[in-house]
Amino acid sequence: MTPLQGCLLVSALLFAIGLAGAVTRRNAILALIGIELMLNAANLNFIAFWRYGPNPEALTGMMVVIFSIAIAAAEAAVGLALIIAIYRHYKTANLDEIKNLKG
Amino acid sequence: MSLPFIIIAIVTLFAAAAAMSLRNLVHCALSLVVTFAGLAALYLQLGAQFVGFAQILVYVGAVAILIVFAVLLTRSDAMPNQAILAPGWIVGIAVSAVVFATLGWAALNSPGLPKQMPPAPEATVKNIGDLLMTRYVLPLEVIGLLLTAALMGAVIIAMKEEPLSKPGSSRRESAPSEKLERTDPALRDCYEAEKGGHS
Repeated sequence: MTPLQGCLLVSALLFAIGLAGAVTRRNAILALIGIELMLNAANLNFIAFWRYGPNPEALTGMMVVIFSIAIAAAEAAVGLALIIAIYRHYKTANLDEIKNLKG
Repeated sequence: MSLPFIIIAIVTLFAAAAAMSLRNLVHCALSLVVTFAGLAALYLQLGAQFVGFAQILVYVGAVAILIVFAVLLTRSDAMPNQAILAPGWIVGIAVSAVVFATLGWAALNSPGLPKQMPPAPEATVKNIGDLLMTRYVLPLEVIGLLLTAALMGAVIIAMKEEPLSKPGSSRRESAPSEKLERTDPALRDCYEAEKGGHS
């Protein structure tokens, strides 16, 4: 197994863990944490391909990861604000109890 | 594969699994910090210093704190006395196992992957700054705009709904309006004192 394949396997496992958590956990915050883990797995893939790819001096993968980190920060801020607003309305953060769209 | 890589990868994956499976949400957030730190160590090991430190600053410093605040604000820090997994959890686990099998199979059997490690590229902060100011200047500006808009939107979404027209008209809105009236004179006094001190 080459180093690149090791990185890809770690990232695939991280993605699967994040997906399992985002799909199966009841709490909305845990679902958001799962999405963050999936984003981080994609970032790890970008860095690995940048490092072992044919043209590393162009820094393309690194740039994508920097922008992706910024977008993930914005996503976390808006997502947690939405969860807090939903909690204030429904008095719960349990995804199974948030059933109706009517305010 | 070197030994440090294996150790860091195992720690990261165990922390990620703990973050997704622990019962107490504060423990989940702390395991998430370990996961992010492990990922930063992986980036450092792969030669991406700037991204590794950005990961520590943004994820460990900001996102994890934000998650802890959200856990405390939604009162999720107490142990839930019901099941923590949704009813159809076995399907979710099966789907993610299939996803991992597919990704792992593709990673292990792709013929076009480069076999050996090329010489370490020069990725200094100066190079990154040059590229950000020349070739990637438009994405940088767009990201700045997106972050500003997202932060303002987050504040507006999470803000308490203050009564606009008739304060105290309904029972639900009476508590915040009383608080507002209590705090308002104090704020006005502060403001006037500061204004008097300046003039």
